[in-house]
Amino acid sequence: MKCQKCGKNNADTHVKRVINGEFEEYHLCSECAKDMGYSNMFSDFANDFASDFNSLLGSFFGNALPARTQATRCEVCNTGYADIVRTGMMGCANCYKIFGEQLLPTIRRVHGNTVHCGKKSQKGIATVEDIKDKPKDKLKELKAQLEKAIKEQEFEKAAELRDKIKEMEANNE
Amino acid sequence: MSNSVMLTRVRLARNLKKYPFPCRLNTAGKNQVAKEIVDAIKNCNSPVAKEFEAIEVRNLSEAQRIALVEKHLVSPEFISDSNGRVLVLSKDQTISIMINEEDHLRLQVIYKGFELDKAYDTADKLDTLLDEVLDFAFDEKLGYLTQCPTNLGTGMRASVMLHLPALQKSRAISRISGNLQKLGLTIRGTYGEGTEPKGAMYQLSNQITLGISEKAAIENLKNITNQLVAQELQAQERMIKNIETQDVIFRSLGVLKYAKTISCDEAVKLLSEVRFGIESKVIKDIDLDTVDKLISDIQPATIMENKKEKISPHDRDILRAGIISERLN
Ligand SMILES: [Zn+2]
Ligand SMILES: [Zn+2]
Repeated sequence: MKCQKCGKNNADTHVKRVINGEFEEYHLCSECAKDMGYSNMFSDFANDFASDFNSLLGSFFGNALPARTQATRCEVCNTGYADIVRTGMMGCANCYKIFGEQLLPTIRRVHGNTVHCGKKSQKGIATVEDIKDKPKDKLKELKAQLEKAIKEQEFEKAAELRDKIKEMEANNE
Repeated sequence: MSNSVMLTRVRLARNLKKYPFPCRLNTAGKNQVAKEIVDAIKNCNSPVAKEFEAIEVRNLSEAQRIALVEKHLVSPEFISDSNGRVLVLSKDQTISIMINEEDHLRLQVIYKGFELDKAYDTADKLDTLLDEVLDFAFDEKLGYLTQCPTNLGTGMRASVMLHLPALQKSRAISRISGNLQKLGLTIRGTYGEGTEPKGAMYQLSNQITLGISEKAAIENLKNITNQLVAQELQAQERMIKNIETQDVIFRSLGVLKYAKTISCDEAVKLLSEVRFGIESKVIKDIDLDTVDKLISDIQPATIMENKKEKISPHDRDILRAGIISERLN
């Protein structure tokens, strides 16, 4: 597809925006995109609410990925290398397991880092602050849920809840 | 001090572990994701859980969809497709959760003024509650896993909307924007692209999400905002002594008060001048809230949002002039 502004270069930037009450979508070449102020590829493109530059990252990946024909596909979502290169998008969480290693140089280039620092998902465990906030309510609520689960014979869920309650009570002591 | 900061937003990107990301998910899958998330929000342990409303994009009119973007509640990307897309909005419209946008879930908190800590705190608390009921895709090394690797790590994008008329007039923005990139931040116009967006309103946000904690990213953004605002105030102080500057401000107010028809572009430009006048205290009888509310209320789709019939651009301009003159007189 040719750039919708200059009509000469190939379009690799997808811009979506609302202007004057209308929704607009363009396919632009990186030069025209730059002219319009979408200069820094990954920052602007990730800059939430202004626009969307999927394919730009795609071309970005294109330069970084090892040049080998890759037949590997994610067994969960069937995404392959070529798809990631084309769209700049991962297909699912498992894609990171499969392609993550190869993407590390690109990720480092984007973020200047490859190791997360900050909040961690605490699946199933209330955070310490949360417990500190109102431990009684939380416990009470969990116990009510446990009772309900037992009543409805959802034993798997009940066991899970019981463990959670135990853990919480231990933490509070 | 923080009069130059109009809005603060914090957004967290999250995905459910057991579903492919939206780009690899069919409509049925998206609907399932939406259902799980909406249920989780309604049943989560938050005192505000009952104040949320789930809105399916496909049930909204074109004007209603665009108005959501104009109010900064959703992204243009979000309304570009209605398949499986659901918006969960709090009653006071400070919390909006986009479902099946680029990620399964994008939780946004938006506050008036300079409220980075407060906005992050609200987002963090709700995220923690949702984390208990939903299985988020998370990796010890890469952090929260997102469809696009540019959001890996914290998945957090924090931004402030700044009004920088004096820095724009003195053409300092382009110099500044180059330096910001080195600090892991990005700046862009709110209304229109390039270095001179309409109304001198800019969005400043963090761009790096991996390897920097939420707190550190927010501190960084806060510091740079303070520096930018300090520069803006200095420039304002210098410029406002100039009678020509004051003339532009008061002429703008005159037009806004008495115009019979006005385009959105012109109105935003003039309201920006008036805001400059209030910030630098040459206009004392109008408050910032009135101006900011006007800037948001006179946007083309927002003006039509609650009207039954479609209004022509010509009639919209008349309607807009009426609203402005009523509120400023
Ligand atoms: Zn072009
Ligand atoms: Zn996959």
